Amino acid sequence: MDIDFSPEDMAFQQEVRAWFKAHTPTELKRKTVTGEMLQKNDIVQWQRRLDTQGWLVNGWPREYGGPGWTPTQRYIFDLERAAASAPVGLSMGVIMLGPVLIAFGTPEQKAQYLPRIRRCEDWWCQGYSEPGAGSDLASLKTTAVADGDDYVINGSKIWTTYAHWATHMFCLVRTASTGKKQEGISFLLIEMDRPGIDVKPIVSIDGEHHLNQVFLTDVRVPRKNLVGREGQGWDIAKYLLTHERTSIAGVADCKAHLSNLRVAAAERRSGGRPLAEDAAMRLKLARAEIELMALEYTNFRVLAATASGKAPGPESSLLKTMGTAVQQTLSELDVEIAADQAWPWHAQGELGDGRFAHAMPHYCFSRAATIYGGSDEVQKNVLAKMLLAGAR
Amino acid sequence: MNFELSEEQTMLRDAAQKYLRAAYGFDARNQIVASASGMSREHWQRFGEFGWLGLGLLEGHGGFGGVVELIQVAEAMGAALVVEPYLASTVLGAQALTRAGSPAQQAAWLPGLASGQRILALAHGEADARHELSYVTTRATAKDGGWLLSGRKSGVLGAPWADGFVVVARTSGAVDERRGISLFLVDAQTPGVQVAGYRAYDGSRAGDLVLDQVVLGQDALLGVKGEGMALLEKLIDLGIVVACADALGAMDALLRKTGEYASTRKQFDVPIASFQVIQHRLVDMFAAVEASRSLLMMAALHAEHPDAATRSRAVSAAKAAIGERARFVAQQAVQLHGGVGMTEELDIGHYFRRLTLFCNLLGSSDHHLQRFAALRAPV
Repeated sequence: MDIDFSPEDMAFQQEVRAWFKAHTPTELKRKTVTGEMLQKNDIVQWQRRLDTQGWLVNGWPREYGGPGWTPTQRYIFDLERAAASAPVGLSMGVIMLGPVLIAFGTPEQKAQYLPRIRRCEDWWCQGYSEPGAGSDLASLKTTAVADGDDYVINGSKIWTTYAHWATHMFCLVRTASTGKKQEGISFLLIEMDRPGIDVKPIVSIDGEHHLNQVFLTDVRVPRKNLVGREGQGWDIAKYLLTHERTSIAGVADCKAHLSNLRVAAAERRSGGRPLAEDAAMRLKLARAEIELMALEYTNFRVLAATASGKAPGPESSLLKTMGTAVQQTLSELDVEIAADQAWPWHAQGELGDGRFAHAMPHYCFSRAATIYGGSDEVQKNVLAKMLLAGAR
Repeated sequence: MNFELSEEQTMLRDAAQKYLRAAYGFDARNQIVASASGMSREHWQRFGEFGWLGLGLLEGHGGFGGVVELIQVAEAMGAALVVEPYLASTVLGAQALTRAGSPAQQAAWLPGLASGQRILALAHGEADARHELSYVTTRATAKDGGWLLSGRKSGVLGAPWADGFVVVARTSGAVDERRGISLFLVDAQTPGVQVAGYRAYDGSRAGDLVLDQVVLGQDALLGVKGEGMALLEKLIDLGIVVACADALGAMDALLRKTGEYASTRKQFDVPIASFQVIQHRLVDMFAAVEASRSLLMMAALHAEHPDAATRSRAVSAAKAAIGERARFVAQQAVQLHGGVGMTEELDIGHYFRRLTLFCNLLGSSDHHLQRFAALRAPV
């Protein structure tokens, strides 16, 4: 057991650190530090920059354009990226659809979509949740009925992040209503410019427009847009949920966030003295840091298990609940440190552009972390099943 | 980066678990606790034969391995509720000699400690010090080329069993000064040394050490006069890592036993594990155990870090967080077992008491949270 990076990894770290230092745009850094929402163009430009460097799809296999990094290198990359206040800036296409197509797509689908994802020519959104299917995702009702060479889709998707920016949606649809409800679900690709698609904004409690409801009325897509087999959609969705094990914890961004909080606490005053010297604040920050250490080392353990071929399943549920708890704690501390500086609606008044202008919306939206991607309660159901399977 | 145990470490862990499961069952353990001495010399010597008592000691004196090896054995001991003085003697006592003893002191003690013939306890605490290591009122004054030692040490683990003590005393300075602290090696038979022993609530034995005009030779000094604080902190940090491993073993056992109980105990005609409120509580316990395991690993990997502040930060982080989680897991195990969890007959309550004592062992969570915050590296 040791925690030292190899000389090769240390050289890699220096290379990545230097690159981010030289190439992260100031405006993106500002947005990352203050927690301001990134716009589509921010992300697209940044992704293209990373792709030029060959670093965008760093989780993809080499044959699809990945850099062939080890898990340790990916971890180092993420650490340096976050430490440089550079955004993750990854889209659903890179993180989610890419790995699915690589694992389940036809050669034609791979050839058609993967290069466009890399170059950010397509923007993908995820059509999973429905008004009647949240935590009970398998009860989704949006149907796709085969008709000649097409599927005809009817139904509605909700909480669809950035559907209003999207050119495409990957979607879970019902292709059969007999047998187990999970077995009638299929994974379908839908172009957003098809007739019958209507995107309605949902403004969230941060006052921003991230979320949407997507209505699908007699939308026709060719049958070649099916990924995997009919009825394989649930397995594909599950594959995705456990795929990104290292990024789900968000260790690197939490570290950068905590470090920013320490700077903020040192700058803010309380009774004329640095807030960082306040006894209660010191202990809150200490506690948050220790929780982050627990997260970091749990993440290491899962990485090590993955690297040695033990396929972790439920551990990703643990990482998700631990990670989102730390993320939410840090967002909460931002508002706490800001105090009345977090009051002004952002971009209004003279404080509207300050360090804390986005503390409040960022905190508000952070509450979604324990709801999306399988709520905390659903993750606990998954973990309980694993625990009790061992006990019986 | 490498988070895997080596083949030898895995073998050591498996062997410790296997032996203790077979030879140190709950009933056998309770007989040991109820016996007059309160420990099994037979087991202790077996531990010595297995090499467990030499872990982290000098190779020339029957030692091998280090902190990673120590925590494998300690975790198995926590799971088996072992009462023999592993932390007290093998870690706190023997490590003081390993790190600061003269060749003569080491030769006199280490082989017997490694083989299980002798027991050496660390006497550092005092009633008014609470968790503050630098608060020492016990005095050692130079006399006739040797030392005169007087004072009272409290909470000395393994004291009734000890053949000797490493006593922390003040050779100069004010009571709470970091400078002026020295360590002394004191044979238990020395006139003026008295142990006020007791059986602790976790089944182990401990006691206060009363030192009344104890005359020591010059060679009793362990390490450098007045410079003992750094050594003491190093010892306690290492002791904390091992104590955390012991606690983790106990927590893990409680999680497993509680899961098994919830799966078989029926109420309302169904196993109580079918209730979501029970399932989620078990998951909270599981998350507490896993986070503790991660922090233990983190602390173990920093236990020998050359920079003392880096080492102590890591150790305090682990103790602060594992302490809170140990309390949670222990309380929830009793809660989910219901009435039967309240009985002396079941092992659950014995784990509960062990973990409750752990919470205040070598510094409480509050103490270590504050220490961690104070040691924070500058921004």
